[in-house]
Amino acid sequence: MSALPAPNAAAWAEAVRRGDLDPLDGVRAALARARQLDPGLNALLHLDAEGAEDAARALRERLRRGEDPGPLAGVPLVVKNNIAVAGWKLTCGSRILGDFASTFTATVVERLRAAGAIPIAASNLDEFAMGASTENSAFGPARNPFRTDLVPGGSSGGSAVSVAAGYAPFALGSETGGSVRQPASFCGLFGLKPTYGCLSRYGLVAFASSLDQIGVFGRGARDLALAFDAAAGRDRADSTTLAEPVEPCVPQLGRGVDGMRVGLLANSFAAGVEDTTQQRVRAAAEALRAAGARLAETQFPYEEAVVPTYYLLNTAEASSNLARFDGIRYGLRAEDARQLRDLYLRSRDAGFGPEVKRRILLGTFSLSAGYYDQYFTAALKARTLVVRAYLDLFRKFDLLLGATTPTPAFRLGEKSDDPVAMYLCDIFTCSANLGGVPAVNVPAGLGADGLPRGVQLTGRHRGEAALLRAAAVLEQALGGCPPLPQAAARALAA
Amino acid sequence: MSAPAAVAWEPTIGLEVHVQLATRTKLFCRCAWRFGAQPNTLVCPVCLGHPGVLPVLNARAVEQGARAALSLGMTVNRESKFDRKNYFYPDLPKGYQISQFDEPLAQHGSIRLDDGTHVRIRRLHLEEDAGKAIHDRGDFGLVDFNRAGAPLAEIVSEPDLATPPQATEYLDRLKQTLRWAGVSDCDMEKGNLRVDINVSVAPAGRRATGTRCEVKNVNSFQSVARALEHEIGRQIAVLESGGTVRQETRTWDEAAGQTRVMRVKEEADDYRYFPDPDLPRLQLSAEWIEAQRAALPEPQAQRRRRYEQALGLSEYDARVLTAERETSAYFERLLAAGSAPKEAANWLVNDVLSWVPPGGGVDDQPIPPEYLAAVLQLRHDGRINRNGGRALLEARAGGDLRSPQELVSALGLETQSDAGALEQACRRAIAAQPKAADDVRAGKEKALGALLGFVMRETRGAADAGKTRAILLRLLQP
Repeated sequence: MSALPAPNAAAWAEAVRRGDLDPLDGVRAALARARQLDPGLNALLHLDAEGAEDAARALRERLRRGEDPGPLAGVPLVVKNNIAVAGWKLTCGSRILGDFASTFTATVVERLRAAGAIPIAASNLDEFAMGASTENSAFGPARNPFRTDLVPGGSSGGSAVSVAAGYAPFALGSETGGSVRQPASFCGLFGLKPTYGCLSRYGLVAFASSLDQIGVFGRGARDLALAFDAAAGRDRADSTTLAEPVEPCVPQLGRGVDGMRVGLLANSFAAGVEDTTQQRVRAAAEALRAAGARLAETQFPYEEAVVPTYYLLNTAEASSNLARFDGIRYGLRAEDARQLRDLYLRSRDAGFGPEVKRRILLGTFSLSAGYYDQYFTAALKARTLVVRAYLDLFRKFDLLLGATTPTPAFRLGEKSDDPVAMYLCDIFTCSANLGGVPAVNVPAGLGADGLPRGVQLTGRHRGEAALLRAAAVLEQALGGCPPLPQAAARALAA
Repeated sequence: MSAPAAVAWEPTIGLEVHVQLATRTKLFCRCAWRFGAQPNTLVCPVCLGHPGVLPVLNARAVEQGARAALSLGMTVNRESKFDRKNYFYPDLPKGYQISQFDEPLAQHGSIRLDDGTHVRIRRLHLEEDAGKAIHDRGDFGLVDFNRAGAPLAEIVSEPDLATPPQATEYLDRLKQTLRWAGVSDCDMEKGNLRVDINVSVAPAGRRATGTRCEVKNVNSFQSVARALEHEIGRQIAVLESGGTVRQETRTWDEAAGQTRVMRVKEEADDYRYFPDPDLPRLQLSAEWIEAQRAALPEPQAQRRRRYEQALGLSEYDARVLTAERETSAYFERLLAAGSAPKEAANWLVNDVLSWVPPGGGVDDQPIPPEYLAAVLQLRHDGRINRNGGRALLEARAGGDLRSPQELVSALGLETQSDAGALEQACRRAIAAQPKAADDVRAGKEKALGALLGFVMRETRGAADAGKTRAILLRLLQP
C-alpha cells in the first residue's frame, strides 16, 4: 500500500515549502491512494485529478519563482460535497440536485487555496448533512476504515474517512450539530467546529443556517490551527461572519494549558456512556492536570432539553432552506408532471430521501400557524438559555472537557430504523452549535475493540486559540491519531 | 308588510402599495436591475437562489426605504429585522421571500387629503421582489428573473379611506411624495408601483366594519377606482339580498370590469414567517436616520409656497415648477446661477418645457439649465431681446452646441441699442406707414404696433422693443 509522503498537513506543507516534496508528486500520491482505497470505503463522490494536478503545477511555478507558496503549500484537501467548488458537481448527497455543478467557489475553499491547499475530491455525506452515519447519502454509505461493517459517523463521514484512510491529510466538513466532531471521534481524527461566524458560510449549502458552520478534519492540532487561521475572518458575502478580527491560533499553539481552568462535564460519566469512553475522558483530564490546568467537575444545565431544541430548530430552518429545490431552475425535475403542483410534488418526492422528507415535514409543522409558539418560539427561548449557560460556565472555566459521543462507531444499519436513537448521537455535540461556541474532538486512542475513541473540548466564543492549545497538549499525552491497524490496512488495500 | 327602509352603506378601504425603490442594484445581491432588459440577463447565483448563496443587504435600498418613510412623516425604527415568507411559486427562486414581518423598517405616517381626511399609514417595510412568470406561451410557462430581488417598499395604510376618489387621491399623493423624494419612479406601467385593495362595507353610522375582501392585480389608478366601485357594489348587493360577505382574496379582471374570487380564507396560505437566520438585525443609529432626513428635498408643498410667497411667482408657475422634482431641481439651478426668479420661471415654463417629449421630464429636453441661465443673463444685460433669447434656445434645441455668447454674434442677435440707427429705422417706419403714424399722433397708441412691427422686420428682430417704442412715441409727439 502506498503511504502518503507526510503524516499530517503541517508536515506536508513544510516539506513542500522546503522543497523536499514536489507538489505534483504529493498530489499524485494522494490521488493514487484515494483511487486504490475508495472502492471499499465509498468516501468520495468525485475526484478532480486534472484540477488538482493543474493546481500542483501552478504551485510548482510559484515555488520556482521564489514566491511564498503559503502555509498549506501543496496539501491535498478533500471537500465535503455540500461545499461549493466552481465546476464541481454539488450533490449534497442527494438526487435532487441532479447534475448541478456550482458556478462559484465557497469562500473557505478560496481562502485555503490561497494558502496553498489543493482541493482533490468531493466527499460523501448524509443527504444535505442530515444524519450521523453517512448512511443517508443517495450514493450509498461511506464505511469506517477501522472496520468496514461500521459507520464512519456523519454527516461529514466521507471527509473523515478520507483523512483516516490517508487520501489527504486534511478535509473540510460541515457542522450543524456535531457532524465534524462525531465522525472525527469515530475515525480517530482531530475535528474542529469553529465559533459560529468565524468561518464564512458562503458556498456551504444551508441546512440550518443559524447552526451551520464549516469545520476541519486534521491529523493534529497544528493542522486544525493552520486551516483555521487561513480560512477564518469576516466575509462580505456572509453577513453573519463576525466583524472582529480573528485571533490566529498557530502562534499560540505551543503555550500549553498551565493555569487554565477546565470544567470536567459530569454527563460524560452518566449511564449510557460506555466505560472506555469514560476512562479516556478521565485520562484526558489527568493529562491536562499534569500540564498545569486546574480541573473541577461541573454540570451542563438543560441537558435533556438540548437535543429536542436542536431538532426543532434545525428542522424548521431546513424546511425553508430546502424549498429552493423545486425542479424549476436546476436539478431533478419530474418528467411526467402535468401541473405545477404535480411538478413540485413529484420532483421533491423523487429527489429527497426519507430523512430529508422527515425533517422538512417536522419543520413545516413546527413553523405552522397554531403550533409556532408551542414549538418554534419555545425552542428559540431554550436556545437563549443554552447561550446563557455557556456564558455562565465560561465565567468559571476557560475550557470544558467531556465525551464527544457516548459510544464508538456503530454497525451499518444498526440505527437506521430508529431516528430517535440516531438523533441521540448528537447529545454531547449539538449544544456547542446551539451556543455558537467552538469545540474540538481530540482522538484518545483505540479501545480493546480496535475502534477509535475521542474526547471533546469546548471553548468560549472566539476561543479557538485556547481550545487548540489544549488539543495540542492532549495530542502529546494521548498519542494523536491512531494509525489504521495492520489488518484493516491490508484488508482495504486488497 | 312594508318594505324595509333603504340602508345606506359605508365602505371602509385600506391600501397596500408596493413601490420599487430606485437603486442601481438589487436588495440582496449586486445585480443591476431595470425594466425592459432581455429576460434573465440581470441575474446571478444569489438572486437565482443557487445552493450555497447568502443575501447581503443593499445599504442604498435601506437609505431609499428610510427616505420614503421619512417623506411620509413616518418614524424609522432604530431596529428592525428580516423574516422569511415561505411559499412555492416558480417566480420565487428560494421558495421564500425575504421580507419584514413583525418589525418593519418604519411605522406611523400619514397623508392628508384635500377634503381634510387624515389617512394614517401603518407601516413601511422592505422586501425583495419576485421574478415574472409568463403564462402566454402555449404549453410552456416561462420565468424571467431579472426582477427577482429588486428592492420593494410595502406601504400599508390604515383603513381610513371611505370612497374610491379618496383612494385615488391617496395614491396620487403617495406617488407625488415618493417621486418628489427621489426614492421611486412610481411608474405603474413599469410595475414600479402595485396596489392591493382591502375593502368592506357596513351600514352607515354603525361603528362596526364588515367582512373585508382583498382585491389584487389592480394595475392603474383608474383601475383602482373601477375595481373599488365594482367591489363595493358587489358587497352591497350580497348584503342587501340577505347574504354574507365571505373573507376572500379576489382578483381584478380589467377586461371584464369585475372582481373574481382567487381564494377563500380557508385556502389562505400559511407563510410560516420566521426570522431569516442569514441576516443580522438591522440597526440604524439616530445620526444615520437624521442624515437621511437631511438628504430629503424641501417638501413639495413647502417649496410651492416659497415660490409663490418669497419669489413672487404665479400660482400656476409655482405649481408647474413643483410638479416634478426634476423640474424644480432645474429651476433651483437657474436660481443658483443668479437668474431672476420670475424671468427664469417664465422662460422655463413657457419655452423650455415645451420641448419635453410626451411622457418625459425636463431632463429629456435639449436645453441644459446652465444654457438657459446664460441666455437669461444676456437678456438681463440687455444684449438680446426676447426674440433673440428664443433664437438661442432654438439653436440649442436644433443641435447647435455653441455657447449662447458665441451664438449671439454668430447669428447677429445683439440688440440694436445704437440710438442713431434705431431712430433711422423708426423714421423709415413712419414714412412707410403714414396712416398708422397719424393714428398714433391722434392718441391711438394701439396703432404703434404696426410701426413697431415694421422696425422689427427692418432690424430682423434685433431692435430693443422698449427703446424702439420710446423713440417712436417721441417722434410722433403731437
